[in-house]
Amino acid sequence: MKVLSGKGVYGGIAIGKISLFHRKSRSVTRYTVADGEAEIHRFRQAKAVAAEELTALYEKALRDIGESGAQIFEIHRMMLEDDDYTDAVLHAIRTEGVNAEYAVATAAENFSMVFSSMEDPYMQARAADIRDISHRLIRVLEGKGEEQMAPKEEPRIICADDLSPSETMRLDRELVAAFVTADGSVNSHTAILARTMGIPAVVAVGGQLMEARDGETVIVDGFAGRVYLSPDSQTLERMEEKRKEDQKEKDLLQKYKGMDNVTLDGTRIDIFANIQGLREVGAALLHDAGGIGLFRSEFLYLDRRDFPTEEEQFQVYKTVLQSMGGKKVVIRTVDIGADKQVGYFGLEREENPAMGMRGIRICLNRPSVFRTQLRALLRASVFGKLAVMFPMITSVSEVRDAMELATQVRQDLDREGIPCSNRTEWGIMIETPAAALISDRLAPLVDFFSIGTNDLTQYTLAMDRQNRSIAAFLDPHHEAVMRLIEMTVQHAHTAGKWVGICGELGADGELTECFLRMGVDELSVPPAYILRLRDKIRNLDLRNDQK
Amino acid sequence: MQQFEYTITDPNGLHARPAGLLVKKVQGMSGEFVMECRGKRADLKRLLAIMGMGIRCGDRVTVKSENASEGELHKLKNYFEENL
Repeated sequence: MKVLSGKGVYGGIAIGKISLFHRKSRSVTRYTVADGEAEIHRFRQAKAVAAEELTALYEKALRDIGESGAQIFEIHRMMLEDDDYTDAVLHAIRTEGVNAEYAVATAAENFSMVFSSMEDPYMQARAADIRDISHRLIRVLEGKGEEQMAPKEEPRIICADDLSPSETMRLDRELVAAFVTADGSVNSHTAILARTMGIPAVVAVGGQLMEARDGETVIVDGFAGRVYLSPDSQTLERMEEKRKEDQKEKDLLQKYKGMDNVTLDGTRIDIFANIQGLREVGAALLHDAGGIGLFRSEFLYLDRRDFPTEEEQFQVYKTVLQSMGGKKVVIRTVDIGADKQVGYFGLEREENPAMGMRGIRICLNRPSVFRTQLRALLRASVFGKLAVMFPMITSVSEVRDAMELATQVRQDLDREGIPCSNRTEWGIMIETPAAALISDRLAPLVDFFSIGTNDLTQYTLAMDRQNRSIAAFLDPHHEAVMRLIEMTVQHAHTAGKWVGICGELGADGELTECFLRMGVDELSVPPAYILRLRDKIRNLDLRNDQK
Repeated sequence: MQQFEYTITDPNGLHARPAGLLVKKVQGMSGEFVMECRGKRADLKRLLAIMGMGIRCGDRVTVKSENASEGELHKLKNYFEENL
């Protein structure tokens, strides 16, 4: 058995036989042409044929995988028809008197070098797109048809030195169980297509891949980015197990997408998604989230040198609201501090940051930073169903102060004639024992509660959840935490407010029944847990005796 | 000479797809536009040149035109604000 490591671009397990894909040689011969204008005419004709092929490929992609994946080929056609690219080819033919194939190869090399030398890994990956359209042009110039991409009979696993986006698009989903490439990047359009087409894939495993034999058995683990050539029986067994698990997951998706989260006795609960940034909105929609229960706005503030502007924030909030198409989006105002430190905030070093300047404390201490975020949120509110919540609340006065600031910002916007929605909901995180204990006094001040179980657990038990040495003492289902949650739910309901759970416990299947019995209105979990919970809930019957 | 400035907020910057859609939009206009950023400039109708600028989230760009109508410039500004 030989194990190769690369980068998984789409999670999934495939076990099968290798189909080695060797490209026909791509070397281009250089020769001089007597009639430059005739050669240019030949190039223009080839370009027109290549453009037609790309239009056909775009249409196939549109049918098979939808608009966003298909756009790749529209961009390819635009690259092919780009004036600078054409000028470079024409220039080489005119001044050097070379054949069109050679002129295209040279232009391709120059343009792909411009991209591969750029700093940004996303832009570097664009070099592959230039090579893809150039190979297409050269093939057409040489009068050849498109290469055969798929094995003819049983499903196989394609192994290649690299696959271009257009080769990937032409893979037959029925006959290709997975693909592995020696080169390639996770930022490539090939990787994006693999994800859109749902083909398990691993890229950048290195040149050893091409030493594999055609027909050799191989396991592709798209989750771990591993490839097992001629696996031993133990590995086969283990991976077959993993493959079945994965299949079950995907079946779940098929089975439960679009269904309600309702128990056999008719008790309903909302399941929303926790997301870090815009990149995860797609995953939330894919897994059928009923809304976004926790949009962590910190990511806007991390990894940068200065505060994000109101305009930047507005665009992000607007995008997430529009993408969710009228489903509720709960955005938590910035929770910097504790384990998330940002230099430009200029916070002093603290002995105990988990209990220091963080969450709402920073916001109330720096009203100008908070105002900028509130302005951006309120301006975005007209683009969807927005709910805003404040983190790390411990007292009535903090909630009053935060709400007072929000009211002022709203009045400013009204005066400036900027529209805001009147339906925006305002809520707080319940993540300190203090907030849970006085939740009866907090509930009348807000529209909803969201229980953050990670911090609530650590503050209630006085145990750092990241400290491994005390893991044995930490009972995640500790009765004290469960009582605080139950108390919070009762207080919210007495005041007629809704209450959700957005911490790790929300995704804990062992507690789902317990939360349903408490009357929790919403669970917000990582996207991948949504359908597992739906499966669990739809098989529960609360009329049965309590365990 | 007319112009406007804009700060890119698309988290991925102007990589292939956003750049392609922008260039397509400008190709449908009759005026000519150039975009400047960090000392580089490029014709907004040329995709590879625009991609070659390597514009990222947070970059401030200036869009200029000698001959565009006010309506076109306004339309283009709206396009930036809504999509980029």
